Amino acid sequence: MRRTALSALLSHWRRHPLQLVSLLLGLALATALWSGVQAINAEARASYDRAAQVLGQDRLEQLVPSDGQRFSQDVYVTLRRAGWIVSPVVEGRWFRAGHSVQVYGIDPFTAPQGTLPGAVQAGGGIVDFITPPGQAYAAPQTVADLAGQEGLPPLIAAEGMVPGILFTDIGIAQDLLRAPGRISRLLLAQGQPANRPPLAQIAPGLEPRAPQEQADVAQLTGSFHLNLTAFGFLSFAVGLFIVHSAIGLAFEQRRPMFRTLRALGLPLRTLVGLLAAEVMILALIAGLVGIALGYVIAAALLPDVAATLRGLYGATLSGGLSLRPSWWLGGLAIALAGAGVAAAQSLWRLWRLPLLAPAQPRAWARASARGLLRQGGLAAVLAGVAVLAGVFGQGIVAGFVLLGAMLISAALALPGALAVVLAGAERISRGVLAQWFWADTRQQLPGLSLALMALLLALSANIGVGTMVSSFRMTFTEWLDQRLPSELYVTARTEEEAARLRDWLTPRSDAILPIWKVEGPVLGQPAEIYGVADHRTYADNWPMLRAEPDVWQTLARGEGAIVNEQLWRRERLSLGDPVPLPGGVERPLVGVYSDYGNPRGQVIVGLADLVAQFPDLDRRRFAIRTDPAKVPELRAALVADFGLPQDSMIDQVTVKQISLMVFERTFAVTAALNVLTMGVAGLAMFTSLLTLSTMRLPQLAPVWALGLTRGRLARLELGRAMMLAALTMVLAIPVGLLLAWVLLAVVNVAAFGWRLPMHVFPGDWLWLGALALAAAGLAAAWPAWRLARIQPTELLKVFADER
Amino acid sequence: MLLSLEQVGKTYVSAGMPVEVLRGVDLCLGRGETVALTGESGSGKSTLLHLCAGLDRADRGHIEVAGHDLTAANDAALAALRRTAVGLVFQQFNLIPSLNVAANLAFQARLAGHEDDAWIKALADRLGLSDLLGRYPEQLSGGQQQRVAIGRTLAARPALILADEPTGNLDEATGDAVLDLMMELVAEAGAGLLMVTHSPRLAARLSRRVHLSGGRLAA
Repeated sequence: MRRTALSALLSHWRRHPLQLVSLLLGLALATALWSGVQAINAEARASYDRAAQVLGQDRLEQLVPSDGQRFSQDVYVTLRRAGWIVSPVVEGRWFRAGHSVQVYGIDPFTAPQGTLPGAVQAGGGIVDFITPPGQAYAAPQTVADLAGQEGLPPLIAAEGMVPGILFTDIGIAQDLLRAPGRISRLLLAQGQPANRPPLAQIAPGLEPRAPQEQADVAQLTGSFHLNLTAFGFLSFAVGLFIVHSAIGLAFEQRRPMFRTLRALGLPLRTLVGLLAAEVMILALIAGLVGIALGYVIAAALLPDVAATLRGLYGATLSGGLSLRPSWWLGGLAIALAGAGVAAAQSLWRLWRLPLLAPAQPRAWARASARGLLRQGGLAAVLAGVAVLAGVFGQGIVAGFVLLGAMLISAALALPGALAVVLAGAERISRGVLAQWFWADTRQQLPGLSLALMALLLALSANIGVGTMVSSFRMTFTEWLDQRLPSELYVTARTEEEAARLRDWLTPRSDAILPIWKVEGPVLGQPAEIYGVADHRTYADNWPMLRAEPDVWQTLARGEGAIVNEQLWRRERLSLGDPVPLPGGVERPLVGVYSDYGNPRGQVIVGLADLVAQFPDLDRRRFAIRTDPAKVPELRAALVADFGLPQDSMIDQVTVKQISLMVFERTFAVTAALNVLTMGVAGLAMFTSLLTLSTMRLPQLAPVWALGLTRGRLARLELGRAMMLAALTMVLAIPVGLLLAWVLLAVVNVAAFGWRLPMHVFPGDWLWLGALALAAAGLAAAWPAWRLARIQPTELLKVFADER
Repeated sequence: MLLSLEQVGKTYVSAGMPVEVLRGVDLCLGRGETVALTGESGSGKSTLLHLCAGLDRADRGHIEVAGHDLTAANDAALAALRRTAVGLVFQQFNLIPSLNVAANLAFQARLAGHEDDAWIKALADRLGLSDLLGRYPEQLSGGQQQRVAIGRTLAARPALILADEPTGNLDEATGDAVLDLMMELVAEAGAGLLMVTHSPRLAARLSRRVHLSGGRLAA
């Protein structure tokens, strides 16, 4: 019995292959976009987890300096002598010729068991490892990236290592990082002797730090991945509209069959069970296709995401994409869940359907004022939720609740809004054909509403995200001009060379502005502390958001500090509040500046103040103010007179180019997802129009019989689709602008800590509107062409079937 | 007794008002018997047929089909009865649009779990459907569809056939031919037939005629 009934149910798909394709494609695309994003996130998370395991910091306690600065290795010797079982680590970033790598220097003799990567332990040849030039172990990808770089010890590729890092002996690393005799932290072995003297007594500058399960970078990038997930979910939701539409249509078309099956003796429970199984089988097939597509999408987007993460957060992802069971099982689960959600309403209706209910396909293509009202009510409730989240919500989750509620509310309100517009048009239209057109369009709304809602979501997302990106680009470009006023940036190889360079440059330039900084904890989070020279360049250019009068003079006197916007927002600081610097000194806050693209907190104090607090700081970098026309000449002279490598200097133009490139790559993923979402919405339009066209004949045949040609009917159908798309586009503009505002003023602030001014770009809307019209026109073209070519006998059948 | 109705009553609510369609109907139908059910439009003929098929439930009275008490049966039992003992011929054919003629013909027999290919082939021949087996319902005329619907019912060899104006969509000659065949096959299978019809001419051809009026049956 079940087999016979199932074969009858499945035979529907054989006779309607396009519907089957649209259902499978919709679900596959939805799954692909979702699982593609998840694959990227899973890859990133795996990289962060591996980073957290480096040197066993996920399970070992450590001793770290309370001011965040490197300290003398004499402290290590003192601790060892006092009975502490510790092992020294020096770490830092090594830069050369546009390449950088995180260097870890370790002591292979004292490193606790299991802290070194297997490759390092198994490598043998301890003498080669510790004797100059030493050896450095790194992931094969990193070894390839660094190939040919001078100044590094011989590189050994080791599988299973985190990309972007390099392990070497502590002595070799101290040379590489120019930190002779200095160490960054100490690893504490498990099982320390009980009678060892207290830490405060023998190493007062150190404090214990508990094992960290998450790498710092995982915390930093959390918002970025949440953003990506939100976009993936939006795409998934748009895809689900197609699935819901296709499943709903298939159920409606088979209503007579369901009635017949039940009348012929198929129990309701069996019928519902079989339909649920059918949906799950289709979801499984579509899910597998979607996962394969998702893998392709992820592989295509991963380089851009990796570049973004590297550019924004300094996080390195491995280049390859792994097929993780958690990811593809998750993809299948979301496909099944999505299909289940899309089918639930139809199954519930069938369960409640009386056996003798009329078998004609029902309200699917018939306007239902009550349904529209109910949907409008739900839209109002969600709009209320959005307002509440906007007014009372805090943080990024509230931001996404606001976004989600607002978008769904707008989508749900769309059919009602369109019905009002169409009813108005019907009232004011004069000709009989125009009246029929508007009335008939209104009748088509329920059938098209899901596709139009998907289109609204895609268009709003496009406008919203486009506005955000363009606003960001405009602000960022202006900001770069302010932030990078110096014409040339130079990094000397040694401190002595830096001193000689400064002497040499003084008569040959307008000003030399040191770029000296230290890193350390500020208000409990890692931060950078810069010193700024007393020069009018800053007063003229620096992008201050708010400041006390004479802020630069105050800094020059060492009587204040300014912080970047993200630190100011995160800690809710006010001007005048004390800013504690590493080492215990405090300075009052005298200003706040914008600092886009930087995830960390930043503090600026006067240069003399910084040097007084941190006399050991790295003094090799500085910026040069000069006539831009003299920059090439100056560069050539620095190379000729000092033998300075080209990569030690970078001019303003290049820095800006690099910054803008990082910016563009950051939003490349967003742009790609935007295009894909639009594609999915276009497909939703196409499948809805195509399937509706097969149910339209009973409405069109009488009009044809009354004297309209098939060609004219087809043109009207085409015009109807484009008119609905145009109306949807008009309604999408305010929704998109609202979305942009939420992204700029709520989500960005919560995710990155900076707020951007909003600019509108009506030219982009025109372009998007044209795209929407083209999508609707293309979607309607095939059904319209079929209508124009339909045989009169097909239209006559409508009358023959009437009883 | 194949079909037995005792004091069956059914009330519908229409526009908020109760409408008593059947007011204590009594009817018996034995094996090999063919009964015509006539009555004006809206007199409750289709409702009575639906109650006999277990598609709807009576408010009052007692219905028994092939020894099964429909009044006490749950939905699953009613579905099983429709599958195995009752054959329905609908006025609107109700063929499965996505299955071809051959699959439609065999459908109910397969559903009941006793498909007899030879019998189905013989039915197709006698109904003049042998050349149409590969076609789909939308490619058939109304008369051809009705013949498929009758063939589908007879293929399962039901004990009781309930037909709702089975020739209502056919011209007189085709209608007569289809009814001839149906009665022939009913007689061969020893089944019972209760047929709703508006046509006194067709009603006269059946072994008995009952008339529904004012919610009650009159012979």
